[in-house]
Amino acid sequence: MFEIVSRRELASNIVEMKVNAPRIASSALPGQFLIVRTDPFGERIPLTICDYDPKNGTVTIVTQTVGHSSHKINDLQVGDKFDDVAGPLGRPSDLLDLPEEELKKKKILFVAGGVGTAPVYPQVKWLKEHGVTADVIIGAKTKDIFTYVNEMKTVGNVYLCTDDGSEGFHGMVPALIKDLIDNQGKTYDHCVIIGPMIMMKFASLTTKEYGIPTMVSLNALMVDGTGMCGACRVTVDGQTRFTCVEGPEFDGHKVDFDEAMRRQNMYRNNPKIKSETDNCKCNG
Amino acid sequence: MANRIPRVPVREQDPAVRATNFEEVCYGYNSEEAQLEASRCLNCRNPRCVGSCPVHIDIPGFIRQMVDGNYAEASTIISADSSLPSVCGRVCPQETQCEGSCVLGIKGEPVAIGKLERFVGDWAIDHADELPRPEIKRNGKRVAIVGSGPAGLACASDLARAGYDVTIFEALHAVGGVLVYGIPEFRLPKERIVAKEVEAVKRLGVKVETDVIIGRTMTVDDLLDKEGFDAVFVGSGAGLPRFMGIEGENLNGVFSANEFLTRANLMHAYDSHYDTPIYTGHKAVVVGGGNVAMDAVRTARRLGAESVIVYRRSEAELPARVEEVHHAKEEGIEFKMLTNPVKILSDDKGWVKGIECVEMELGEPDESGRRSPIVKEGSNFTIDCDVVIMALGTSPNPLIKSTTKGLDTTRRGCIVADEEGRTTRKGVFAGGDAVTGAATVILAMGAGRKAAKAIQEYLSE
Repeated sequence: MFEIVSRRELASNIVEMKVNAPRIASSALPGQFLIVRTDPFGERIPLTICDYDPKNGTVTIVTQTVGHSSHKINDLQVGDKFDDVAGPLGRPSDLLDLPEEELKKKKILFVAGGVGTAPVYPQVKWLKEHGVTADVIIGAKTKDIFTYVNEMKTVGNVYLCTDDGSEGFHGMVPALIKDLIDNQGKTYDHCVIIGPMIMMKFASLTTKEYGIPTMVSLNALMVDGTGMCGACRVTVDGQTRFTCVEGPEFDGHKVDFDEAMRRQNMYRNNPKIKSETDNCKCNG
Repeated sequence: MANRIPRVPVREQDPAVRATNFEEVCYGYNSEEAQLEASRCLNCRNPRCVGSCPVHIDIPGFIRQMVDGNYAEASTIISADSSLPSVCGRVCPQETQCEGSCVLGIKGEPVAIGKLERFVGDWAIDHADELPRPEIKRNGKRVAIVGSGPAGLACASDLARAGYDVTIFEALHAVGGVLVYGIPEFRLPKERIVAKEVEAVKRLGVKVETDVIIGRTMTVDDLLDKEGFDAVFVGSGAGLPRFMGIEGENLNGVFSANEFLTRANLMHAYDSHYDTPIYTGHKAVVVGGGNVAMDAVRTARRLGAESVIVYRRSEAELPARVEEVHHAKEEGIEFKMLTNPVKILSDDKGWVKGIECVEMELGEPDESGRRSPIVKEGSNFTIDCDVVIMALGTSPNPLIKSTTKGLDTTRRGCIVADEEGRTTRKGVFAGGDAVTGAATVILAMGAGRKAAKAIQEYLSE
């Protein structure tokens, strides 16, 4: 169980793995996550499911090396095994609940940032399979760290942007959202944003200006991931919600991002705490 | 004739030493002490202790065997009713159950039933190879158990003995439920005790699959319709932690007791060889008065924090076991009774810097029969601290409820089940915290055993 059947580096420090986990592969839906543990001493690390293949019994994860635990994950090679892979966890994307007729009328925009691109893929792919081709903005600091662009192009209309202008639109994702709507005649009635918390915050502010209903996928701290510890609590519309069982997707216009960012960094680079850690979804 | 001697004291780790380590607090009896204590039992004709035990262990029966050192026989007697004697001997509230109704307790000290049970359980772990294996006639019927906590283990073990083919599905990576994520090492050693008792259940033929979240990886319907199980027992335990709803509860440094204890116990965060972090700061305030609050505050103390219990009623109303409160005090825990938090205070970076409380006084008895605490107006004061741990109980996990057709739940989200564990869905049984809300290990075991009986009846129809 949980053997790594393929592995490739998508960019510096960003690794994609297909892992043998037949039960998760046959029950996973777009928007859900799983938890991996590399070894008996390892943390339980939540990762958004980036693809799933029920026929071959594999799930795909993409992990960026940011600390000790993500390093351990990305050090694993083909043939190595995770001690544990548990999931799928969290609620599937809200789009899956829509009746087919209504779904087909939707004009949907996805906004992906950095390593958050891969987790967007299964949603765009699912829509394509259901007759909807969505627009997908992929943003990165610079062109060398784009991931999943080719995969995404097979399932959606891709728009790239870079902070340094090295490829695609020169600017950050909020500016490209504005450009598509103001200058390219695009209209949207649903938006899904996945990426670094700070990007989700500002992209959500932009879609709010245009009144586009927006979901964001939160990468909160978690321990068990099954609805027991409460580490993943976030404030949405003034209410405390649990990301692991009520999320991970919430209304981007109602999430308290500043609190979420502060909580996300509770254990990271913190001189108050003994160990370096990730303990959050390393892929958005 | 029973031996008229005082209760044999049990040896414990020195409080000053144990407050800095995670080794077990209580050493338990040795063979000589156990035999001596066993000799105190009056062997009552009408043993009230048995009636007060949620799983009705033949207490005088096993104690009688101990007097002569027949520990294998004592173990066989206990195993007829309990699959986890080493666990129950350590964590049961004996003072309100078996020992609470011991006749000797009327004028003096009751027989140390818990410590004797623990001795037999530990002896059986050490002599597992020499003990006779029960002869089991397999009947080919398959039962799925959801959750490997005390309810699930007890249900699984009874069904396996009766010949059923039993598989336990556990969501986490370790087996034991609250025994591994909730109760600390210093009260219940994981490798030496919990893992061994789980091994004993597996020796009966019970299969355990970890990393399977019923309600997500598979549903209860999948188990019945696709996986070919004839019945399902849901012992999925308690769920989401409760918070007070006061300002500042999402500050950095505020944890649920579930999170704090899961980091320490399941993830071994207290051991530097493990990757999972834990933070206790210099001073930790634990809000609540139950056993979980005691476990959290004593864990924080062991991790080096000055640690305080804040509880809104008085010491007499503390729901925690007397022994736990006593141990906590010995270890230097401060108890601030009749105190209730109103606000958690933040520093300029969003970390806890203190907790504002009010003093309380006791009024008329409320629906729980305890005198209800009333705020003393204008009594606000602040305790400086950098960690706050909320130990206020849990509300049920929504996963199984929301994914199982025809399974009714109460207004509070607990699964509806009758006394024998039958739910509103045919073939689905439930017990333990998932039904009752947060309770004790032994009550969950009792519910698991009753459901095992009901499942056997159901599958013999």
